[in-house]
Amino acid sequence: MRFIFKTDYAQDINLAKHGGHIFWYSALVAMLVAAPWLVPEYWLAQATFVLIYGVAGLGLMLLAGFTGQFSLGHAAFLGVGAYTQAYLTSVGMPFPVALLCATGLSAVLGIVIGLPALRLKGIYLGMATLSFGFILEEVFARWESVTGGNAGIRVGKPAMLGWVLEGGNAFYWLCLGITVVATLGILNLLRSPTGRAFVAIRDSEISAQSMGIHLAYYKTLSFSISAGLAGVAGALYAHNLQFISPDQFNLLQSIDLLLMIVIGGLGSVHGVFLGSIFLITLPQGISAAKEFLPEFIGQAPGLKSAIYGAVLIAFVLFEPMGLYGRWLKVRTYMQLFPFYRKGMFKRQKSFQKSDRLK
Amino acid sequence: MSTEILLSAKNLSVRFGGVLAVNNVSFDVKQGEVFTLIGPNGAGKTTVFNLISRIYTPTSGEIDYLGPNGMLKLTDKAPQDVASLGIARTFQNIELFEHASVLHNLLIGRHTHRASNLWQDLFFTGKVREAELKSREKAEEVIDFLGLQHYRDSFVAGLPYGVRKVVEMARALCTEPKMLLLDEPSSGLNVEETEDMAFWIQDIKNELGITVLMVEHDMTLVSKVSDRVVALNQGEVLAMGTPREVQTDPGVIEAYLGTVDDVSSLRRQSTAAKELA
Repeated sequence: MRFIFKTDYAQDINLAKHGGHIFWYSALVAMLVAAPWLVPEYWLAQATFVLIYGVAGLGLMLLAGFTGQFSLGHAAFLGVGAYTQAYLTSVGMPFPVALLCATGLSAVLGIVIGLPALRLKGIYLGMATLSFGFILEEVFARWESVTGGNAGIRVGKPAMLGWVLEGGNAFYWLCLGITVVATLGILNLLRSPTGRAFVAIRDSEISAQSMGIHLAYYKTLSFSISAGLAGVAGALYAHNLQFISPDQFNLLQSIDLLLMIVIGGLGSVHGVFLGSIFLITLPQGISAAKEFLPEFIGQAPGLKSAIYGAVLIAFVLFEPMGLYGRWLKVRTYMQLFPFYRKGMFKRQKSFQKSDRLK
Repeated sequence: MSTEILLSAKNLSVRFGGVLAVNNVSFDVKQGEVFTLIGPNGAGKTTVFNLISRIYTPTSGEIDYLGPNGMLKLTDKAPQDVASLGIARTFQNIELFEHASVLHNLLIGRHTHRASNLWQDLFFTGKVREAELKSREKAEEVIDFLGLQHYRDSFVAGLPYGVRKVVEMARALCTEPKMLLLDEPSSGLNVEETEDMAFWIQDIKNELGITVLMVEHDMTLVSKVSDRVVALNQGEVLAMGTPREVQTDPGVIEAYLGTVDDVSSLRRQSTAAKELA
């Protein structure tokens, strides 16, 4: 068991709380950088996907996990990023500039969606973002001159000033770099006044307001950052698949994203990546298991969706804190062995909340 | 105690549909005093609080407040601007940020003192770090003041009710207010905790020089700490003065206990019932 003896406020502020953090996270980054030489190409491609979904998940986690605003239309922001990137690179814009434009356009759309969302709560906000998702999916399908319609559109490799990013390894490193930067940015936000304002809005709007937090500004900001990150992820997604079509940004994609952060653990940055790993490896696991299942189950259509649904139900029932919550419990069990008690993570129920702001 | 007026409510009225929750209420709060609103349930005390913290807008009347640049109309301000003018409040039903630690709650109370913008926060520049350190020092002062050291890093969701009340008051103090609105500070507290609360309120007034406006039912606490008391009933002012004056006011006694007529009417009914039987 580690005891941290605090002698300085800076210890509360620093991202790395103790030497162990520095050691393990450096080891993780070193391993990720060296991954192209360590794992076969197929797994590297999967890792790239994990990173891309991780970036989108960071955004959604900020919005849903830290600001308490659910979005059922996040795939639309992913789509906006992807199509903007596809269009701009096809007309010859350098990769970094196109990426910035894709991010910016998504972020602006996030603000547009955030504005009506100021007046909506819970399930109504879900419905509003859901319909926004449907509208954009339709736009992707109909605006053929830009998006290529239902036939889809091909996306080239990331290129800049005649220098083309060839090969899976280089693209993996690009995604890794962007993911690390995005993660650090989110962590910085969360330990600063802006992030605390988000958390305040999630837990009690009325007292956040009376502490001087401008609800409209921070909710819109959260929507916009979240959409911006989804835009970045969308752009990378487009380059990674090199082909995009409207059905990649439909409701199922939005639900996948939401599923990812709920399974990872709402309200934790670790949860984003755990959820992302889960989301990417589950289909692999299912197809591997198919061979061992009786044919009428293994070959049944919709097997994947059924398993996703069952997994989500199981998490909500048995581990609402998600994979990260499970990890915390395991870690505490190890640290306190043999003194871990079953009720240690039980949250006290309280029924003292008065009505939220209208 | 100076006689300068910090906040003055003039002819406040609020109507929710057919209910006149607050009717033509006027009072002045002087700098450095403890001013208490009392009254039976539904008298409109919390509504007056919500008017001051701008959660509600009065149907008529106005609130003047001594801001940094002289008197200003509080009723023209947005709800989120009230805190930066130096008005902090607590809630009757405790509205803490449940899934955050006590220290985190107090730091949210420092929001009006933030020195950085979004981009500085995103890169966590030196300026943000410096401001964070300063915020923590201030929060630590409040923790010392209210004796919360033991709960510093605990999550609010697991704290007992009495401690939550104190944490909420600490969060309000972290905004460095000129005026503190306490909505029923002693509700749900036991006798000992209520006594502690009385000491703290006196300390807040005497040591920190903060004006306290409070809603309270516990008359022992009210008489112990209040300089002046206003009694409300059905949205109207019944009496105003020192705790002693208000407690002995015939109108107040009537509102709390009923009139002699009410009592005798009950008696007549019971004898009538006996005659029937």
